[in-house]
Amino acid sequence: MPDTTPPPLDSAQVAHLASLARIALTADEIEKLTGELGVIIESIAKVSEVATPDVPATSHPIPLSNVFRPDVPGATLTVEQALSGAPERDGDRFKVSAILGEEQ
Amino acid sequence: MSGHGAVSGDSLISLSASVLAERLHSGELSSVEVTQAHLDRIAEVDGDIHAFLHVSADALKTAAEVDGARRLGAKLSPLAGVPVAIKDVLCTQDMPSTAGSRILEGWIPPYDATVVAKLRKARLIPLGKTNMDEFAMGSSTEHSAFGPTHNPWDLERIPGGSGGGSAAAVAAFEAPLALGSDTGGSIRQPAAVTGTVGMKPTYGGVSRYGAIALASSLDQVGPVTRTVLDAALLHDVIGGHDEHDSTSLTDAWPSFADAARAGAASGSLTGVRVGVVKELGGEGFQAGVSARFAEALDLMASAGAEIVEVSAPSFRYAIAAYYLILPAEASSNLAKFDSVRFGLRVNPPGGGTVEDVMAATREVGFGPEVKRRIILGTYALSAGYYDAYYGSAQKVRTLIQRDFDSAFSRADVLVSPAAPTTAFKLGEKLEDPLAMYLNDVTTIPANLAGVPGMGLPMGLAPEDGLPTGIQIMAPAHEDARIYTVGATLEALLEQSWGRTLISQAPGHPSMPLPDERAARLEGGTR
Amino acid sequence: MTSTADLMDFDKALELFEPVLGFEVHVELNTKTKMFSPAPNPAAPGADASEPNTMVTPVCLGLPGSLPVVNEQAIRFSISLGLALGCEIAPTSRFARKNYFYPDLAKNYQISQYDEPIAHDGLVEVELANGKTFRIEIERAHMEEDAGKLTHVGGATGRIQGADYSLVDYNRAGVPLVEIVTKMITGAEHDAPELAKAYVSAIRDIVVALGISEARMERGNLRCDANISLSPRGSGELGTRTETKNVNSLRSVERAIRYEIQRQAAILAAGGAIIQETRHWHEDSGTTSAGRPKSDADDYRYFPEPDLLPVEPSRALIEELRSALPEPPAVRRRRLKESWGFTDLEFQDVLNSGLLVEVESTVAAGASPAQARKWWTGEIARLANVAAVDPSSLVSPADVAALVALVESGELTDRLARQVLEGVIAGEGSPSEVVEKRGLKVVSDDGALIAAIDEALASQPDVLEKIRDGKVQAAGAVIGAVMKAMHGQADAARVRELVLERATTP
Repeated sequence: MPDTTPPPLDSAQVAHLASLARIALTADEIEKLTGELGVIIESIAKVSEVATPDVPATSHPIPLSNVFRPDVPGATLTVEQALSGAPERDGDRFKVSAILGEEQ
Repeated sequence: MSGHGAVSGDSLISLSASVLAERLHSGELSSVEVTQAHLDRIAEVDGDIHAFLHVSADALKTAAEVDGARRLGAKLSPLAGVPVAIKDVLCTQDMPSTAGSRILEGWIPPYDATVVAKLRKARLIPLGKTNMDEFAMGSSTEHSAFGPTHNPWDLERIPGGSGGGSAAAVAAFEAPLALGSDTGGSIRQPAAVTGTVGMKPTYGGVSRYGAIALASSLDQVGPVTRTVLDAALLHDVIGGHDEHDSTSLTDAWPSFADAARAGAASGSLTGVRVGVVKELGGEGFQAGVSARFAEALDLMASAGAEIVEVSAPSFRYAIAAYYLILPAEASSNLAKFDSVRFGLRVNPPGGGTVEDVMAATREVGFGPEVKRRIILGTYALSAGYYDAYYGSAQKVRTLIQRDFDSAFSRADVLVSPAAPTTAFKLGEKLEDPLAMYLNDVTTIPANLAGVPGMGLPMGLAPEDGLPTGIQIMAPAHEDARIYTVGATLEALLEQSWGRTLISQAPGHPSMPLPDERAARLEGGTR
Repeated sequence: MTSTADLMDFDKALELFEPVLGFEVHVELNTKTKMFSPAPNPAAPGADASEPNTMVTPVCLGLPGSLPVVNEQAIRFSISLGLALGCEIAPTSRFARKNYFYPDLAKNYQISQYDEPIAHDGLVEVELANGKTFRIEIERAHMEEDAGKLTHVGGATGRIQGADYSLVDYNRAGVPLVEIVTKMITGAEHDAPELAKAYVSAIRDIVVALGISEARMERGNLRCDANISLSPRGSGELGTRTETKNVNSLRSVERAIRYEIQRQAAILAAGGAIIQETRHWHEDSGTTSAGRPKSDADDYRYFPEPDLLPVEPSRALIEELRSALPEPPAVRRRRLKESWGFTDLEFQDVLNSGLLVEVESTVAAGASPAQARKWWTGEIARLANVAAVDPSSLVSPADVAALVALVESGELTDRLARQVLEGVIAGEGSPSEVVEKRGLKVVSDDGALIAAIDEALASQPDVLEKIRDGKVQAAGAVIGAVMKAMHGQADAARVRELVLERATTP
């Protein structure tokens, strides 16, 4: 079987992962995590040993399919309920700081 | 149930939920009395235990309403009027729901989790919300943002996790019943180390709606109690189909309480094939745990069970698969904590864009273990790594299911120790994530395969006098079988001990709390 | 925003480059409830989502603990659409999470479909004005959920750039969408802009015929992202593509494609390189501006949605939905042309204006085909052109049919009807309400007309004389005077009848 093990994790990669995960990790945290995750990844990478192409993937423990809901309106939250946890609001909308990125 | 009343004297809080329910039903006790007794107990001991993050201000009022309804002759459910503690991972409209995280501190959801709604409908009395590892990530409850919970058997030790709060609350007689959630052992492992009973139902047997998600394909809500019958009674209340949860099963579940009563009454395991999973024992297991487990097997054999050894070779990959699937799903599930609609908002110095605010909030709001797993999960799902990691882990899941299928073709139930060791000391494994992850070695396979599993007391380890637990697993949908076998084993064990395990706890209401309570670790209690 | 981009002459651009197109059309389904939650769907017929955050459940807000459950009707609609697009329906399809952070995305992941879409490999035939037919291959059609709506406050433009802060309304979050993705389209050449418009128009006709979407582009029910690249002629090499977003009218689709071809050609001819990016269409200036660059940072970390289960439609369900499909577009066009009795030219006029659905609906609402065509391709199209919007966004077929009815009953003249139409477009109400409010009704009260006629005849005795002498054409002067006195709100034919009657009555 070909070696599919990805290369070891470095701190630049951890910084990139932190930006994907939207966490402003400090430089110290990045260093610490790089080491810790390296050890963890090494120990969990063994899953690929037995994950041969002939084995199907299981995403749900109990196989079910076609679970649907009838198209019938149900109860909604009131505006006050919807906004009850908002850190900041403006009228009946949630307020956020200016957005840098574009819509996707 | 034999023994419970006898050893606990007449202390109200020492009664099991089933006994409380009978006395409430007969009018011998009122729900207000029972609830007040537990609130008093919380006031008395929770400063040391720290099982609760929030105690309900409405419990007595709710109890009075149930008493009123009972006086008027209302037809009430079996557990009506019995208090219950709720793990803080479950949404409650009237109490903060934080999942043990700073990022949700003070958040009061505008809706009830389905299981909470079912508790209210059955008129149980919510006592409060119990402590947990932040977002259920941990095996010791030390990762709670609000300080650790202490094991009532020894305040310097962990109560297990993530549901250490629920287990400790029940073990310390602060509540007769509690709800937990189990993603990789968070109900069963705390049960093992606190001498209590915890059941992880078949995946889909209990609704996940309103349970703050850790890993959606693994999470399951279940009962945490002191007796098998109590677990069954609570399971009967919270189980069943929920149209709000697509993965909820439509099974016509039998009465688990009936199953437990039948098991306790029979006292026999004749014809029951008990499979011992070779891979879930031996090296890495504390000697006293292995010894008690061997005795439990002997006891079952003497009651007529056929003990068979089964092998599940793929289980040695279970932890690895689990620590890929869980972080991957969690990294996505926890993305919603972004400071826009609910929860904490942290503005970085000098302001910043919404992107900066989100990143600063998540940096401050999440603890180190949560960040560690989010980064790990983000990595496992990244372009180029998906197949090697997440994809492979899903294949391991298939192999583990096949091992279970094969094992259950030879055995009716599978057994193992519920945790490899007794409760370890607070702080002992905090800096070694990998060592911490190994605590769930026996419980994780059941989550990966979706099968039900229960942890129940199997005696004290001779070397440290701390509780050990046995795990009983059954095929998916066969939760009732666990209650029957579990109740039989519980009765056999208690007969052999001459009393319940929990009655030997130093915090038992018939005994004073240990002197060491003053020597508890700092920073953890309110 | 102003554009400083250099543009190459369109014909010149086509001489040098071959355009390669691709489209992603998002269709908002008009189910009663959202894709994964029983909240009312703002894209349903007659829904009013104007009050922010009133059509939300814990699921729409991505509240902790909430879980999605699939709307069965959305599945049926998606299968029907897949079939109408000539697609294969997958025996097993799956939802997946597309992970990215954005404030309009409540969970910070979008539930979509990734490698297992519900429908794939279809074909749509598109006919152009010049009679050419294109076969556009559909790669896939998959189900997903819409995001909430952002309002950017502060700054000069009301756009995201320069805003002080933004506000979020999650009413739209979770509206069911089907995204239809084409394969690469080559060989369109000079017809590329028109083909783009015709394709989107064809999709719109299909979803309207199926009744699965309100399909109002100006409301965002139907949204088109257009991918364009230029390949140097004879090179055989594919160019770098851009994805133009926010194109929300048929007219804009055509203009945006034309603009991007001219813009890219100018850059390439000057030795520059096209940046792979999204571009935003600006209706007002008729230009596109640079948006987000596509980069390696785009890592959506798709994985199967663990909260949802596979969709495995039975053969029986697929056949049930197939048998209920409306007729194919080509067959439908032939049938409508025949039943309306239009000439080739008349029918093509309707098709080219993208007004087939509007005319059909107007006829269904009771108007004659000729009148329906006349109003839509005439006055309404003219007003739409002036306003630079699609005709369908101005007025509903029901209102047009009501207007036609008022004309045919003689209550309005054509001239008055045009004023009524303006009133309807201005939001003053239905045609009859506008007639009422503006007092535009034809004077059909003979008494009032006779009084005016008698007065006119009395003031022009010579004319009266001529009429009595049989010189009927002399009546024109009196009719003119009466119409003037009536402020034009009289039926000229009736006035003429009455003038002759009064003049010859002793």
